[in-house]
Amino acid sequence: MLLQLAWRNIWRNPRRTILILAAVTIAVWSMVFSSALMRGIADQMVRNGIATLTGHIQIHQQGFRDDPSAAMHMKNPTELKQTLQDHLPPGALFSARVRTNAVASNARHSGGVTLVGIDPDREKKLSFVSSSIISGNYLDAEDPYGIIIGTSLMNSLKTRVGNKLVVMAQDTRQKMSSRAFRITGEYRAELEATEKEFVFITLPAAQNLLKMDEALSEICIVLPDREKVRETAAALARILPKDHEILAWQEMLPLVTATLRLYESIIYLWYLVAFTAMAFGLVNTFLMAVLERIREFGLLRALGMKSRWIIQGVMTESFFLLVIGIALGNALGAISVIGLSHTGIDLSVFAGGTQYWGLPKIIYPVLLASDAILVNGIVLVLGLLVSGYPALKASHFTPVEAMAHT
Amino acid sequence: MSLYSYMAWRNIWRNPRRSLLTMGAIAFATVILIFMLSLQFGNYSTIIDSVVKMRTGHLQVQATGYQENRDIHLAVADPSQVAATLDRAPEVSGFTFRAHAFALVSSDNRSYGTVVTGISDRELTTSSLARTISEGRFLTEDEGAQALVGNILAKNLRVKPGDEVALLGQGLDGSVAATIVTVRGILSSGQDQFDRVSFYIPLPYFQELFGMGEAVHEIVVIAERLEDVAGLKQRLEEEVAGDTGRALRVLDWKELSPGLLEAITLDLMTGFLFYIVLIVVVAFSISNTFIMAIFERKKELGLMLALGSRPARLTGILFLEYGMLTTLGLAAGILIGCLVTLYFGAYGIQIPGMAEMARHYGVPERVFPQLSFLSVGIGSGLVVGISLCTSLIPVWKVRRLRPVPAMAEG
Repeated sequence: MLLQLAWRNIWRNPRRTILILAAVTIAVWSMVFSSALMRGIADQMVRNGIATLTGHIQIHQQGFRDDPSAAMHMKNPTELKQTLQDHLPPGALFSARVRTNAVASNARHSGGVTLVGIDPDREKKLSFVSSSIISGNYLDAEDPYGIIIGTSLMNSLKTRVGNKLVVMAQDTRQKMSSRAFRITGEYRAELEATEKEFVFITLPAAQNLLKMDEALSEICIVLPDREKVRETAAALARILPKDHEILAWQEMLPLVTATLRLYESIIYLWYLVAFTAMAFGLVNTFLMAVLERIREFGLLRALGMKSRWIIQGVMTESFFLLVIGIALGNALGAISVIGLSHTGIDLSVFAGGTQYWGLPKIIYPVLLASDAILVNGIVLVLGLLVSGYPALKASHFTPVEAMAHT
Repeated sequence: MSLYSYMAWRNIWRNPRRSLLTMGAIAFATVILIFMLSLQFGNYSTIIDSVVKMRTGHLQVQATGYQENRDIHLAVADPSQVAATLDRAPEVSGFTFRAHAFALVSSDNRSYGTVVTGISDRELTTSSLARTISEGRFLTEDEGAQALVGNILAKNLRVKPGDEVALLGQGLDGSVAATIVTVRGILSSGQDQFDRVSFYIPLPYFQELFGMGEAVHEIVVIAERLEDVAGLKQRLEEEVAGDTGRALRVLDWKELSPGLLEAITLDLMTGFLFYIVLIVVVAFSISNTFIMAIFERKKELGLMLALGSRPARLTGILFLEYGMLTTLGLAAGILIGCLVTLYFGAYGIQIPGMAEMARHYGVPERVFPQLSFLSVGIGSGLVVGISLCTSLIPVWKVRRLRPVPAMAEG
């Protein structure tokens, strides 16, 4: 009875109801969609960061992060690999690397780079390199003279695939060691900074150049589930020797972590702003609806209706309105997210801008259940709360003054 | 006050609660827009300022092609000629010379490849470099073999002021350029990407080491004001670039940090998308008030028509009402918006996650919104625009109002 009454009441003035519905719908849509966009950007940044050699977890010799040199290496790789094999969850991948600062040069040009020795087959499964080759070939495990460099570096060194490149780095005995490589492939990365920084050779070639024997600088782990990273890292820290440092991606990508936090703050601030803008309309509409029905409320009171029921009635009307608006807003949000899920939003027109902020070139919105629940909860609960004001107003008319009102 | 504005004024206060809520919505939108725009504009000028002061300057004179290739051979052979022109220009607040070369930098047990920059004493009048010294002191031209090192590079090399560092590079003529310099000071700009690579030595020493003669790579110019840059650039292009037969080129900060302007455009556009959504929500929120003002007064409006008021007159009164509502809401919004902005402009804002981002982009960790005519103007302009659009619907309705049915309906 109360429900039917409320339902009829909101459609008494369809124009007004539709206007306020539009306000609620747009507000909810904007909350859903903007959080999906920001989560999409953040998710893409994390993925790119992780694929750009970071992985989910890395293991180094203690101190490697402050001093990334060949001298900071892990001496027992076989033992380490065995431990990982035994303790990592099924489906986890790991790859061993040698990494150090180096100078890459040809006859006329030179530049500072990070030299990475990789196991081509294992690396293929967990980082971006193999899938980003745009000319030439990926590293061949059997080729001790092959090197892969990024497009940006290639341009600044004015060289091309097939040319010679000399790499010079400090070995474990603090001596400068150098060797000529042949560029076998060129890769393209999401960020130019990456292309400029990393050059790749095979693991044995790097160990040989730096006189490291079998030692490694880094082990990179990718887990089947990103949520389990902290847990697994903590477990590894308990098992592995104390002179090993175990880092999760959150610590290795501080800028991405900071961006995630910043976006989270922006999402919540936006919820607040969009809701407040909508709330003004909501309160106003219900106030109007209540005030023009003063006589009616007075009559109901005179007939013996308790003021609690009147409040309930008005709140039910508000509830219907909010639920319809939320449903429409969610539907619109879902449609926009799904509609963009294949094509994404292409920002390559602003390539310079996306490079500067470290943003992905194409944004795919990601709708998180937690965001959707939060949006719906906020709008419904706070929406009901603010419509409590007109509802209270309605219940306070005494029958006589209300019926005297014209 | 004329009769009509009096009527409009009385009409607004017929239902004070509703009018106040409507004004509240308008004021709210105005406050948010003014504050957010001030925040964005404030941020942009901080970023531009830090990039300009720290690195590129407002303008640079370079050999054509140097910007793209960073080739040591592409140098400005006779900087004194350009300097003479710059000395004459009143808009120039300061200028300096820089030269760059790639070199291997080694301490006792660590080596890193980096770009070595030669700086002159003029740097003090041009950039904020001297202010980033965290240990030791700034270098001077006449002291020769000494260096300033970024704090991360210094940590990686394991050196501190007083230690010696070996430099190994390739001179202009292809010969080996090798020397040993003493670390004079450590630089901490707060920007990791900068502190990881910076290595400065005095310019005359650089020129001797790399066999550059008098040549430099960049003549960095700071203008008195950002607005002077475009005019100054044009003048320099005519005088300097023209004289040398296009061997020299003048670049402004937008060309020197490609991406910076696009980054700002991107950020601004994203901001505007949010603002438009906000305004649309507010428009729907207030449109009810505007429409109701007609519907609940149909009888009264019908009567006025019957008594001989022309529809244009009624439209006028309605417009006045909306105008008053908007103006009052806007005035309150501008007032509160300015106060809020000024408050945070003085104390700064800290948003979670912002500090690390700021470090990366080399801006202060607190964000300071900057109140300007532009932010207030754009903010209020958007609100007035949307309020006008919303008020057109009911006004159009009045035109179709006929006296008899209108009076019968109410």
